Amino acid sequence: MDLIIEGIVKAFQLLFALDPEVLGITTLSLKVSGTATLVSLFIGISSGTAVALNDFPGKRLVISLINTGMGLPPVVVGLLVTIFLWRNGPLGYFEILYTPMAIIIAQTVIATPIITGISLAAMQNLPANLRLQIMALGATRLQMVWILVKEARLPLLAAVMAGFGGVISEVGASIMVGGNIKGYTRVLTTATVMETSKGNFDIAIALSVILLLLAFLINAVLTHIQQRQRPR
Amino acid sequence: MSSSILEVSGLIVKRGGVDVLDIPAFKLQAGARLALIGPNGAGKSTLLLTLAGLIKPAAGEITFQGQPLSDLFAYRKRIACVFQEPLLFDTTVHANIAAGLKLRHMRSQDIRQQVRRCAERFGIPHLLERSARKISGGEAQRTSLARAFALEPEIVFLDEPFASLDPPTREALLEDLHRILNETSTTAVLSTHDQEEALRLADEMAVMNAGGIVQVGRPEEVMNHPADEFVAGFVGTETVIPGTVTSSRQGTLSIDIGCRVIEAVGDAAPDAKVILCIRPENVTLATPDGHASSARNVLTATVVHIIPRGFYYKVELDAGCPLTAYVTRQSIEELGLMEGLTIIASFKATAVHVIMK
Repeated sequence: MDLIIEGIVKAFQLLFALDPEVLGITTLSLKVSGTATLVSLFIGISSGTAVALNDFPGKRLVISLINTGMGLPPVVVGLLVTIFLWRNGPLGYFEILYTPMAIIIAQTVIATPIITGISLAAMQNLPANLRLQIMALGATRLQMVWILVKEARLPLLAAVMAGFGGVISEVGASIMVGGNIKGYTRVLTTATVMETSKGNFDIAIALSVILLLLAFLINAVLTHIQQRQRPR
Repeated sequence: MSSSILEVSGLIVKRGGVDVLDIPAFKLQAGARLALIGPNGAGKSTLLLTLAGLIKPAAGEITFQGQPLSDLFAYRKRIACVFQEPLLFDTTVHANIAAGLKLRHMRSQDIRQQVRRCAERFGIPHLLERSARKISGGEAQRTSLARAFALEPEIVFLDEPFASLDPPTREALLEDLHRILNETSTTAVLSTHDQEEALRLADEMAVMNAGGIVQVGRPEEVMNHPADEFVAGFVGTETVIPGTVTSSRQGTLSIDIGCRVIEAVGDAAPDAKVILCIRPENVTLATPDGHASSARNVLTATVVHIIPRGFYYKVELDAGCPLTAYVTRQSIEELGLMEGLTIIASFKATAVHVIMK
């Protein structure tokens, strides 16, 4: 019991002392996972909408693949991205393995199918005639898509939360493609793994508390956006 | 009134490689109110959506005011559509009615005025600030109609707009829509499987079956003279006669139908335009020397056709207006009915179903 209590006390000391190392790790985590979520959002919402709104042969197969991708194991993504970025791999030329960029790429690969899958379902859930109604009001195709995105905003924000939640808490791919290099590619999850294995439970608990707080804060903000200005 | 606003030739619409619509030629007159009626799957909605520029035909040509429809986007800015479901956006009633106007980049001040005007027209000004998700089905359909009429469309397309409303709500909305169509004299195309809706709102009726138009004409023409068995079966057997109310007292209306005055039970102001529906089983026949009866409507008529229908006979009459009666074989024999014979046809005022126009 003492171990836990001491750990929590130490954790809050570290937090309130704004320990530069902890702060650096937190900022990097936010930057990397935030960027990966933004990129995934762009790819995911547009491809999810495109698949939902168009009929083409093999559509069901594509949807099955996207849904499978929603459960992609981070270590598999880590392995694939490592192979691609390896010195003599297809993208080895860029020399970005063990950099924050590599983590962003891996996390984007993890988050994109999640956001695509939820966007796709959200768009397919809208009434079938809604598209015709919007076009009949005189909208261009682009305006129609924009109105549909606004109509599906609640599930789309859920997609953002699921995507961000998936990548900020992911450790397998980050450690494989980032290497957990101190002050460079060390993020909250990889640092927690390392400190725990070293027996530094106080630091590990501090990092976990920060991780939980971040996840809570970001979801609280998104939930607020999601629920606000719903007219009565 | 006589120029056509939409013309269709050689129209084919396919779905999954199969023809679902085949209309060789069709014209919609400016100012007309056309009802597309037919059973489910007849192609009513497909034709309506194709005319609205929302479904691309596989073949054929549609011309709008004499010009072929090439720019569907520009065309859709001159029409409006209302569907069976209200299809409102998840925002306020006001923003819903304003949606089409915003897409036309109208000034926000003008939008507010136009939205208020339309909301008042459809009896929903008190709902403007409410969420469109929290109003009743009837109110939602009124909002959808207001959104369409706010655009001042040259043609309004209504796809079964009342099908999912309960009878009292539907009744009230039908009456308002009828009034608004009269006030705005908008050309309208309505798809419905309900004859009464068609009779009340439309001045022209196109009966559809299996992707084609079977018969087009004034509602009373189509209903009194169905072109084939299908139309006869679908529109039913009632005699339909348009008329004008001349007087109303104690719940009994006198209605001038041109050749004579018919009495019917109902409530309408003098000069109201109405449509009378008389079921053949309510028409009694008698020889001219027959005695007086309580029936309020006694007409001298000539027998035009006697058609056996199994257990009974269908007798088509000419009483100045067309009239149909069902009688038994015994009656045919006892009255000595034959084609060309002059007889007395009567029906009670309570047997006339009066539809307000």
